[in-house]
Amino acid sequence: MIEIAAASKMPVGESLEIMKQRISPATVTGKEKVISIVTGTHGDELEGQYVCYELNRRLQNERHLLKGFVDIYPALNPLGIDSITRGFPNFDLDMNRIFPGNKEGSLAEYIASEIIDSLKDSDLCIDIHASNIYLREAPQVRINENVREELVPYAKKLNVDYIWVHGASTVLESTLAHSLNSIGVPTLVVEMGVGMRITKEYGDQLITGILNLMKSMGMYEGETEPVRKPYISEKDEEVAFINAQVPGVFLPEVSHWRLIEEGSLVGEIVNPLTGQTEEEIFSPCDGILFTLREYPVVNEGSLIARILRRKVK
Amino acid sequence: MREEILFQLKSLYRDDLRINGFRFGQGEKTVCIVGSLRGNEIQQLYICSQLVKELKRMESEKRILGGREILVIPTANPYSINSGKRFWPADNTDINRMFPGYNLGETTQRIADGLFEKIKDYEYGIQFTSFYMTGAFLPHVRMMTTGFENLNTAKKFGLPYVLKRTPKPYDTTTLNYNWQIWETEAFSVYTDSTDQIEPESAKQAVESVLRFLSNIGAIRWDGEKEKQSKVIEEQELIGIPCPEAGLYLPDVKAGDEIKKGQVLAHILDPYTGEEICKVESPVNGRVFFARSKPVTYANTVIFKVISQNNE
Repeated sequence: MIEIAAASKMPVGESLEIMKQRISPATVTGKEKVISIVTGTHGDELEGQYVCYELNRRLQNERHLLKGFVDIYPALNPLGIDSITRGFPNFDLDMNRIFPGNKEGSLAEYIASEIIDSLKDSDLCIDIHASNIYLREAPQVRINENVREELVPYAKKLNVDYIWVHGASTVLESTLAHSLNSIGVPTLVVEMGVGMRITKEYGDQLITGILNLMKSMGMYEGETEPVRKPYISEKDEEVAFINAQVPGVFLPEVSHWRLIEEGSLVGEIVNPLTGQTEEEIFSPCDGILFTLREYPVVNEGSLIARILRRKVK
Repeated sequence: MREEILFQLKSLYRDDLRINGFRFGQGEKTVCIVGSLRGNEIQQLYICSQLVKELKRMESEKRILGGREILVIPTANPYSINSGKRFWPADNTDINRMFPGYNLGETTQRIADGLFEKIKDYEYGIQFTSFYMTGAFLPHVRMMTTGFENLNTAKKFGLPYVLKRTPKPYDTTTLNYNWQIWETEAFSVYTDSTDQIEPESAKQAVESVLRFLSNIGAIRWDGEKEKQSKVIEEQELIGIPCPEAGLYLPDVKAGDEIKKGQVLAHILDPYTGEEICKVESPVNGRVFFARSKPVTYANTVIFKVISQNNE
């Protein structure tokens, strides 16, 4: 059943509506858990669109195997998705920095507050992000260290390649995930793929994980596939960052999600005007390349890659 | 006056990004004034340019007092101004959400770091900035309550109001907040314009900074030194939301006195021109903030008002 989770009238002949699909089990006992799958806070992140579609399609055909409610929110920021805008149009702040919202603020803050109201009774929430248009990410769950103990067991069931437990930061206290975790709704943030694109294999990988997680919670009785064992990093220093030292065009020499040895060539930054190589980029450590630059033009400082430090040999 | 390049960043196809600073006087790092960090903060750029002009004149008249240095940075983001973008052209990030910066991080983190390294040791920091909601303010000094704020210093600007804001998580990466954490007394000065040059309010802003500089003993200035400021907490402002979406026609502007029940704005149906609703004031007071965009969403604050009880 499609419901309106939040709504507000627009100035000219349109309503802004945040829609959700509730998939109910064939038999309802009144004791069902609720899992919420949300995506589209950033309008340029589309990887979650395929996950919502495919999960929706499959579970609607398997309602007899469903033992809980599945709420699917494919677009928390419909104006952003429609206008290929990362943020909430006509609003300065990142929509994922204004939670839990404010009913007496701007439209974006009002909608954020309504979204929290709609999600607050969930037993678990999965917030699917893609990377931005600049980077490709291996399927991963990112967890604030303050909620590590509660969330890592859930994340291990989600069939991702990597679980990144990162340090706490004040500015991240205004994310959807932080707001929901603060009110007792365990919320996992998934990052995968690249902005403005859909990587179907990552989507299928995550759907396997979501069904596995639902099964472990007693919400799904269908067949599930085995899930992969993720790498887990729990200290910030386990992740190495590579940033461009010069402006130019980045040409990668490696593939994404590969083991890489210290000193091996990651790529070059070249200058098409001069025909010169401006920088050769070498890996600072052994490890697994889980983030790789996708958008070729770089400034000084642009992120090129992130490597999870692990011994290769 | 000494002009110098405080930070420089190379680009693939553009001229280098350069952050230019203008120093006046010599000695202790006393006051740093920062203008536009975003590409549409043209009023802020203009105000700083007028300050440079005025301080240059005063310096030639030997009215910059000894032992104190004043640094003015009209903009740290010429790229965005020249590209007609509010935020960083390549990735739409906001330099004013990147402080204290990180010299090994992303581009705008490096710009914030490069700038902050040059300005973090000043005794006082003044930033001309703009709000995340589009509209006009009654000119005021804004400061965040971090434990380092000093209201008596804020009153030295002599602007009608000093606003105290309790920082939200997203404020913790702004220049103002980080200046205070690094023990610079930081003030943001808001005027009634951003994209457009408003000479009258710019003049008031320039005068307020000259008054401040005079009151802390950095310059010799002949203007009016004592002007009363009223301190208000941001949460004392009464937000008046627009109940309906539509075309927004205000009857009042920032600074106007208003009466309880007075019609502040009309919301019209964009197709028929019929009035959908009137927005009325719930209190006697003064308009502190008024939205400027002519269309409005529903449930959006369009005015912030100071109640007469706080006047």
